[in-house]
Amino acid sequence: MLQTRRVAQLLTGLLSLAVGGLAQADDGLVSGADGRTLAQTCAGCHGTNGASVGPAMPSIGGMDSGYFVEVMQGFRDGEIYSTVMGRIAKGYSDEELEQMADYLHDKPFVPARQAFDAELVDEGRRLQKKYCEKCHADGGVVLEDEEYYILAGQWTPYLRNAMEDFREGRRPIERKMKTQLERMLKREGEESLEALYAFFASQQ
Amino acid sequence: MMKINRRDFLKTTGAASAVGLFGLPNLALGATGKVVVVGGGTGGATAASYLKQLRSSLDVTVIEPNEHYYTCYMSNEVIGGVRPLEGILVGYDGLRARGVNVVHDKAAAIDPDKKVVKTAGGQEFPYDRCIVAPGIDILYDRIEGYSEAASQVMPHAWKAGEQTRLLRGQLEAMEDGGTVIIAPPENPFRCPPGPYERASQIAQYLKRHKPKSKVIILDAKAGFSKQGLFIQGWERLYGYGTDKALIDWQRGPESGVVRVDPDEGLVETYFGDQIKGAVINIIPPQRAGQIAQVAGLADASGWCPVDVKTFESKLQPGIHVIGDACIASDMPKSAYSANSQGKVAAAAVVMLLAGQEPQTPAYLNTCYSLVGEDYGISVSAVYKMAADGSKIASVPDSGGVTPMDAPDWALAREAAYAHSWYNNIVADTFG
Repeated sequence: MLQTRRVAQLLTGLLSLAVGGLAQADDGLVSGADGRTLAQTCAGCHGTNGASVGPAMPSIGGMDSGYFVEVMQGFRDGEIYSTVMGRIAKGYSDEELEQMADYLHDKPFVPARQAFDAELVDEGRRLQKKYCEKCHADGGVVLEDEEYYILAGQWTPYLRNAMEDFREGRRPIERKMKTQLERMLKREGEESLEALYAFFASQQ
Repeated sequence: MMKINRRDFLKTTGAASAVGLFGLPNLALGATGKVVVVGGGTGGATAASYLKQLRSSLDVTVIEPNEHYYTCYMSNEVIGGVRPLEGILVGYDGLRARGVNVVHDKAAAIDPDKKVVKTAGGQEFPYDRCIVAPGIDILYDRIEGYSEAASQVMPHAWKAGEQTRLLRGQLEAMEDGGTVIIAPPENPFRCPPGPYERASQIAQYLKRHKPKSKVIILDAKAGFSKQGLFIQGWERLYGYGTDKALIDWQRGPESGVVRVDPDEGLVETYFGDQIKGAVINIIPPQRAGQIAQVAGLADASGWCPVDVKTFESKLQPGIHVIGDACIASDMPKSAYSANSQGKVAAAAVVMLLAGQEPQTPAYLNTCYSLVGEDYGISVSAVYKMAADGSKIASVPDSGGVTPMDAPDWALAREAAYAHSWYNNIVADTFG
């Protein structure tokens, strides 16, 4: 899935090079703003260079570019629930999302400075290793050469909302994650989520 | 006493070969230029910060009379008593840390021929490009009996700070059973949903502390921003439309306030009704801030026409106007718009100083309104420039408002996003 996307990105990139930067669509509006110009408009909600000072909006600096595009398309098409993000995502083409993704990917991910329950961190670490590590490698940090979803150092209120959406069927959940999540909740109880949040928040 | 070590030597030759490769524009990009930003509000501070982020070699000066700035956004929470006044206070250390020269003086004149900004304190600041972000000027004389002196009795609180404190103090001092009057202006004005968020925040305070009181909005307009959502919120939270309503919205030309009597504490509508208020909040019509009028940047409408690609004034070349003061077609006069325009203007100025064509711009707006605790609503839009340069227009089929009938948990999320938005936009603008 990811590889197909990368190839598609490359092709669109080549195509846009061939066509040239400036484009005017049927609506009489001018497209062709570069990745930096597009991505800088995000900062009002997601922080300068995507480093959110929180607490509810996630940091998007340093995000995996493939995942950025995927999730924005999900918001845009209504597959992933959102309040405001989907309305905004509708204003961008795939190519524009890819440009934003590349720009933000090159910015550092800045871990959130937030409070957490220190007594739950060790338990959270154990749970992460047992139930999440296979897909969220190294505790959910930024990785090289493979798709990643930043959990370590992400704002807890955002993680809570995303988790609630996964569990309520408002956000598509991969089968593997669903199985692992259900297994964890059954064996370790609801409070296991709190321990996971504490562990992710402790990585500052 | 200048020594050149090996590293410096490599840097110099590196720079020289870069010029050889790419020609003059890149040399020009590295060159310094003087940019003077008039006004340290949201638009001006953003422009200054992003000028330095885009080209650190630029000499950027902000001229702003106040040593601290009270953001208008979230000032309705201060009026409602859920946020202290210090909670909307920002300083300029963040801009200074980015290398911006912040001067606390008042711009008194701009000479577009000599390219100099003159201040009330007698200083002169020459510029290669000037960015003017003066916010709004309150038109006191549009309502009979109203004046700057009257605003000490009937605050507008449409510029945050002392006026915000005054209005909050009046609400606290008011006895239960009092009437609060809000008189919003006709379009266009700063923060279109603001008067209605203010009514909501005051109603929330009254509901908890002075439940026999009520808010009357005397509005010459027949409609307003996010109207359906506000009214649904008022119905859910404040009994709107019932005989126990905490908010009464009287609309249409006949309801507009045309005269006030500060001594008697009453207002008169166009229809001729005289209404007494324990607390009276008059929000008069506005125009672009004073310096824009003095410098010949505003047209007959009182606002400043600009090139939508660069925000350069259509009346005075070399001067860009951003934020509430400019005419930005579909973009509302909001903090997010000012922040977005500041970035577009900064990028354009960098390119123009380098003798290059400014890049294709991108603009965005998102405005949250807090109808109650854990009850947020929003409007957002993505904009692009029209190909003929005539306007900034919403991208079709994008943007829009919070859906009607949203569940409580979704409205609570939007309220949390509103607070998070505040933190981020303040950090992005002033940080």
